Amino acid sequence: MKLTCADVRRVAVLARLRLTEDEESQLTAQLDAILVYMDKLNQIDTSDVEPFSHATVTTNAFREDRVTNQADADALLANAPDRDGTFFKVPKIIE
Amino acid sequence: MNLATLTLHEASDKLGRREISSRELTEEVFERIDATDAAVHAYLTLARDAALAQAKQADERLKQNNSVTPLLGIPIAIKDNFLTRGLRTTCASKILGDFIPPYDATAVVKLREAGAVIVGKTNLDEFAMGSSSENSGFFPTRNPWNRERIPGGSSGGSAAAVAADQCIAALGTDTGGSIRQPAACCGVVGFKPTYGRVSRYGIIAFASSMDQVGPLTKDVRDSSLLLQAIAGNDPADSTSATRAVPNLSEALNGDIKALRIGVPKEYFVSGMQAEVEQAVRNAIERLAKNGATIEAISLPHTEYAVAVYYIVATAEASSNLARYDGMRFGHRADAKDLSETYRVSRDQGFGAEVKRRIMLGTYALSAGYYDAYYLKAQRVRRLIKKDFDEAFKHCDVIVTPTAPTTAFKIGEKTQDPLQMYLSDVYTISINLAGVPALSLPCGFDGAGMPIGLQIIGKHFDESTVLRTAHAYEQATEWHLRKPRMEDR
Repeated sequence: MKLTCADVRRVAVLARLRLTEDEESQLTAQLDAILVYMDKLNQIDTSDVEPFSHATVTTNAFREDRVTNQADADALLANAPDRDGTFFKVPKIIE
Repeated sequence: MNLATLTLHEASDKLGRREISSRELTEEVFERIDATDAAVHAYLTLARDAALAQAKQADERLKQNNSVTPLLGIPIAIKDNFLTRGLRTTCASKILGDFIPPYDATAVVKLREAGAVIVGKTNLDEFAMGSSSENSGFFPTRNPWNRERIPGGSSGGSAAAVAADQCIAALGTDTGGSIRQPAACCGVVGFKPTYGRVSRYGIIAFASSMDQVGPLTKDVRDSSLLLQAIAGNDPADSTSATRAVPNLSEALNGDIKALRIGVPKEYFVSGMQAEVEQAVRNAIERLAKNGATIEAISLPHTEYAVAVYYIVATAEASSNLARYDGMRFGHRADAKDLSETYRVSRDQGFGAEVKRRIMLGTYALSAGYYDAYYLKAQRVRRLIKKDFDEAFKHCDVIVTPTAPTTAFKIGEKTQDPLQMYLSDVYTISINLAGVPALSLPCGFDGAGMPIGLQIIGKHFDESTVLRTAHAYEQATEWHLRKPRMEDR
């Protein structure tokens, strides 16, 4: 066993997911099987290997820091679940 | 003859000679959709009125001989993870069920500028996570060759639409095989270019270090034409390559006499369907007969690819999908406080596979596990890329099966996620290394299901991949077979 139900509950909070008890126990079994499979990576000694960063590029992509687009507030707000004028309306955070 | 059965280059030639109009072509494509999509379920959204308006504009441009391109007036289907301005884009997720994008993906802008007609948005596994299109939040797509079978995934809708002549060509995305495996399952040509060759701007992000856009088409020439139209640097995607894109059609010269083909021993192992192995070995023999040299090569870290991929891809996905919080767009649930709003919105909006991958990725990135999983996987990923660098010192392309089996039955693997992940074994190393690879038909199994041949190239050497694929296609007739939809 690499994973317990308590681990799954903890990760679900980190991931902002709500799980039912059934989902918790099913995910515990499924993720455990997957993690056991992933143990095979420990067969390889990678102590001298740099982690991968990019397939073909070795330098960063820089650009000038200037505005190149015109934001259309109405178009961007059209998909908002709730809005107030040109603002996104969100649930209250502080009582 | 139904015009919907034409290839892109055939339709383009007829449009150029004014033998047909884009309006006629587009109408026949929609007739075909009307007749077959109740059985196939390839499309999530159709853009009938807009498409006919685009066809009319294309006919004007053709009439005036004004900026005629190979795509002008051609009906093209687009996977529903490309943003299309004003046209509903769901990523096959309930969390984006009524999302109308305020802008176009760069690849879509390029299609529009070339004068293509956008038919509609095709089904996929939710957020492109899957190998069968069964993970769609709306309905599964069925394989046109046999409706009891999966069309592959995640670009299953695009592959099925091309196979069923419900479009002339389609766009898909490929993170671990999502263009090539459905192309193999549906008997069409699917091409994942080099990472960075096509802009990812406006593609709904899954695993950003591997996501890549590419064409699904009826033949190899069409693949070169559609890729040509969408490839190139884009300032809006800082990972898009600055390399010039060569004229890809020029590569289709049939000459493979000096070509060295690598065949990796790790890709021919027990567990693969015997008919798949036989078809691929026959294809290699055929390429040799036409002048290519065959080299036995080794990609020694192949067996670790599935493990590396499902750590790296889920880690990136868990981060990318954090944006679905129900605040600025997407589904928002009514809940007692902010924290509950996040959790309930995401619970209601995401399907089981998406939740599973977010959980796996969050776990791999969480405190205490990052080094053991994510960093370890990135180290092994470098070894997998080195395997390809090493192999390509001895060959120009690598030829393998695209998938270990032909399309499996709907429902066959849904209960066992690990088995589903293992069906990607031949395609995911390519995304981890960032090299280009194409799948094209190379035979059929006893049940009449298509078999895919995968041709892998060096970084940015799409031309040699296309040249090899075209030479094989010219020597065979697999690509001419069509599913008999009326029989099923």
